[in-house]
Amino acid sequence: MIQGAIAIYKREMLILKRRFLRHAAGQAISPLLYLVTFGYAMGSQIKFNGISYLEFLVPGLVAMSSMTQAFSIATDINIARFYWRIFDEFLSAPISNMAYVTGEVLAGMTRAILGIFIILTLGLAFGVNPLGPWEFWAGILLNSFLFASLAVALAMIVKNHADQALLNSFVITPMAFLSGTFFPVEKLPGWIHYILYLVPLTHAAKVIRASLLGRPVNHLSLLYLLLAGTVCFWLALSSVEKARD
Amino acid sequence: MTGDAAIKISGLKKRYGATMALKGIDLAVAPKELFSFLGPNGAGKSTTIRIVTGLTRMTSGSVFLNGYDIEREPTEAKRQFGVVQQQINLDQELSVWENLDIHAHLYGLSKRERKERILELLVLMDMEDRAQSLVKHLSGGLKRRVMFARALLHRPSILFLDEPTSGLDAAIRRRIWGIIKEIQQMGTTIFLTTHHIEEAEFLSDRVAFLDEGRIVAIDTPESLKSGIGEWAVDRVKYGRLVTSYFKDRQEALAYKEEGGFTLRKVNLEDAFLQMTGKKVRR
Repeated sequence: MIQGAIAIYKREMLILKRRFLRHAAGQAISPLLYLVTFGYAMGSQIKFNGISYLEFLVPGLVAMSSMTQAFSIATDINIARFYWRIFDEFLSAPISNMAYVTGEVLAGMTRAILGIFIILTLGLAFGVNPLGPWEFWAGILLNSFLFASLAVALAMIVKNHADQALLNSFVITPMAFLSGTFFPVEKLPGWIHYILYLVPLTHAAKVIRASLLGRPVNHLSLLYLLLAGTVCFWLALSSVEKARD
Repeated sequence: MTGDAAIKISGLKKRYGATMALKGIDLAVAPKELFSFLGPNGAGKSTTIRIVTGLTRMTSGSVFLNGYDIEREPTEAKRQFGVVQQQINLDQELSVWENLDIHAHLYGLSKRERKERILELLVLMDMEDRAQSLVKHLSGGLKRRVMFARALLHRPSILFLDEPTSGLDAAIRRRIWGIIKEIQQMGTTIFLTTHHIEEAEFLSDRVAFLDEGRIVAIDTPESLKSGIGEWAVDRVKYGRLVTSYFKDRQEALAYKEEGGFTLRKVNLEDAFLQMTGKKVRR
């Protein structure tokens, strides 16, 4: 199992290495624009619970970035599957579905961690302390594990590139904007508030924000991320079979 | 484990919605044999290869590779073969070496084995100087050779080749044929799908004619051809090409002089046409 997972992970890392500068620049541009526009320009006059909007925004961007970067592995799987047909090579190799999913999920998590370092570096440049306690890193790791697993599951189910783009538009983008990244979910009407508490990114944003600001962390949120991540990983495992036509 | 055949396919059927792509394939390929599936596009050749290599689920039937059941013992069955798919499926952004190295990792080769085997196969494919080239910079023929090297890395005893010379020019096709013959001489069982008549004739120990998901004949190329005669004369009648077959050359020559325009040896295309009423190349 381990050899197969290493092979899948190594392939993704070789591709990431080849595209590193393009990839890193792509990862930096959106958070930088959010920081400048919402955090620095518009947010300089806004305060939430005694903190500046910039201090509120940086943890939200960390949570959002760990989600989007981990989920972006789906696009590369999609290209490998429908465009380069490399996925056929994995299906005909003597490796288990567990090995394949583990390799891809680890690759998604690695991308997420890389994205986080870029945001933390940008945050530091804007005067926000980027280092938090263990709950901060646990929140990032669990969130990226969850969304990398979800990415693999959905990448196996979609039938073409267009379906993948739709998933990004209808699943990831709404989550990115509504799950406590840019504003506290409590500001929304009660019933929406309850729905948003079912969304894992809401919990990730809360854990990461509390830990970065030195406030008490609700460990149930970490448990929720772990459970939701485990379900997504299981979904990914069972969906690999569906990719065989 | 079951039987002595390297490849044993029984009652293989595949349904895609309302279409029956394979209607019951039965065949056995002996160890070290070069067996070809010849048929027009859409006959079911690639579907068969995709099922036996674990890419597509069968509707019913069974496939054993060196005695291992592809459905029930997939890991062991997949260790038995290498495959060169019809489409180029290499990582274009990675180098030749990196592509081969990833494949060797997938099959659990040690670091030392990986290095030795990659070098060995690059020499076999006459590509030692291209190890660090990015795949996207290679010609179609070189990419095919990388795919052959990759399929052979883990020393499989069975090699599946799905239209391996598709889209290549005549000179490169002949080079690939040489490589296929060389691989067979090393003791590898080869299962080839093709719609190139000359390829099937030149390479195969036995050929199966596949038409609309069914095998219509299996035999050596010589036996398949001998059933219809040795010589063929092509004539145009009422605007259509009509071919007549003769055992005797003199008889064929006399017929040609009555208005035929080609006298030639019978080939597998003629045999396929006689059995199915269709041409392999449509």
